[in-house]
Amino acid sequence: MSFNPNSSFLFILAAVVIAFVVAQSVFFLVRAYRHGIVIGMERAQLKKTILSTAVFTIAPAISILLGILTLSKFLGIPLPWIRLSVVGAITYELPAATSTATALGLSLADTITDPKAYTAIAWVMTLGIIPGMIMIPLFLKKIQGGIMKIKNKDSKWGDLFMTSLFLGMISAFLGMVFTDVRNGLAGWIPIFVLLFSALIMGICGVLIKVCKMKWLETYALSISMILAMIFAVIITPLIG
Amino acid sequence: MNTTYNDKSHFYGRIWILTALLMLLSVPVAICLYYGAWPEGTAVLKGLLGVAPIFWTVAVIEVFTYGPMLGTGGSYLAFVTGNITNIKAPAALNAMENAQVKPGSEEGEVISTLAIATSSIVTTLVIAVGVLLLSALTPVLNSPTLKPAFDNILPALFGGLAVVYISKNWKLSLTPLIFMIVLFLMVPSLAGSVGVLVPVGALISLAAARIMYKKNWI
Repeated sequence: MSFNPNSSFLFILAAVVIAFVVAQSVFFLVRAYRHGIVIGMERAQLKKTILSTAVFTIAPAISILLGILTLSKFLGIPLPWIRLSVVGAITYELPAATSTATALGLSLADTITDPKAYTAIAWVMTLGIIPGMIMIPLFLKKIQGGIMKIKNKDSKWGDLFMTSLFLGMISAFLGMVFTDVRNGLAGWIPIFVLLFSALIMGICGVLIKVCKMKWLETYALSISMILAMIFAVIITPLIG
Repeated sequence: MNTTYNDKSHFYGRIWILTALLMLLSVPVAICLYYGAWPEGTAVLKGLLGVAPIFWTVAVIEVFTYGPMLGTGGSYLAFVTGNITNIKAPAALNAMENAQVKPGSEEGEVISTLAIATSSIVTTLVIAVGVLLLSALTPVLNSPTLKPAFDNILPALFGGLAVVYISKNWKLSLTPLIFMIVLFLMVPSLAGSVGVLVPVGALISLAAARIMYKKNWI
């Protein structure tokens, strides 16, 4: 059978995988919503969470689309679509494809035509991201048990423990922004963008607290992110 | 925490994640069978050798770092739908912060799961619509004018998220933040390994918090 990385068969495969992911998400969404009502949470609060997250997700989701676009030149659309809809992230999929292509002596610039090379890449992409899916069912309950033990023993330290985890993650990403500062002013662009986003978030915070614009809470992070991205578009040609 | 709800979440979560695992593995199997093209074992091995050592390590670390942050339902979902650091974790944190609920509490579990589920659905829909309209969208997505916006999406996201957390916990933030900034300034090539550095940051942050807590500074 002649091989085409954009064949209908591969698109059907992608559609099945994507339908599964949506079904799982809907299942957990409905369960959590119903449980929220059962434990006395306000419907308005639950709806606000859904709306706010939906708006916030759009811009990062478009950046994932960019990842699919990058990979599609080499692998067609369906495989990157599957891989970036389930477990994957462009930070893994691109190196996985590159590593296998290099081992096979292929260039990422041309569309793949050899089905054996294509399936080799599909296997590497798949096998590389499996450990998390095996470990979560094995260890999540135990990890949570450990956290509960810490909390029951000393609830203040339990809260500090969780906050410290978050701050550790945030610090790693904030530190990463400083990577290119040695490359002159252009290397400072991510830092300016970060500070601008923080400034907008700060302004939103003032508007919410001082001006009682409570509705803004729902969109504050999305607004900061989008305005900071627009800011990047404006300052990059000026600086770079 | 209501053990019944949480236990059921583990039960359903395990079924979903293991089914997802089987489905994921059946994708390359189906492609191989359909095209009658099984790859050379050495090609797969060579490709895996290039990425697996680092990515398997990151996966193990992610389970222990993000598991407690995202809660039960959130973890089972996020580890299937992916893009945890750039979408799911920030979405869950922001939602819990806005709802003023604590991670690990019953309300925190509900809000985190709602955020991660919504985010997964919206991401999947945006990508699906984007793929359908790809030929029309390609010139826009590839436009050099918009490139800086997407190049800077992480600073744009984490700037807003960080200011809330750091302003509320500035004493706790100082040590991991200074450590990470100095580290990336000294070894810029680490930017590609930020996944590994998340738990390093978490450990440093935890150690500093423990010392400050014992000394009654916080």
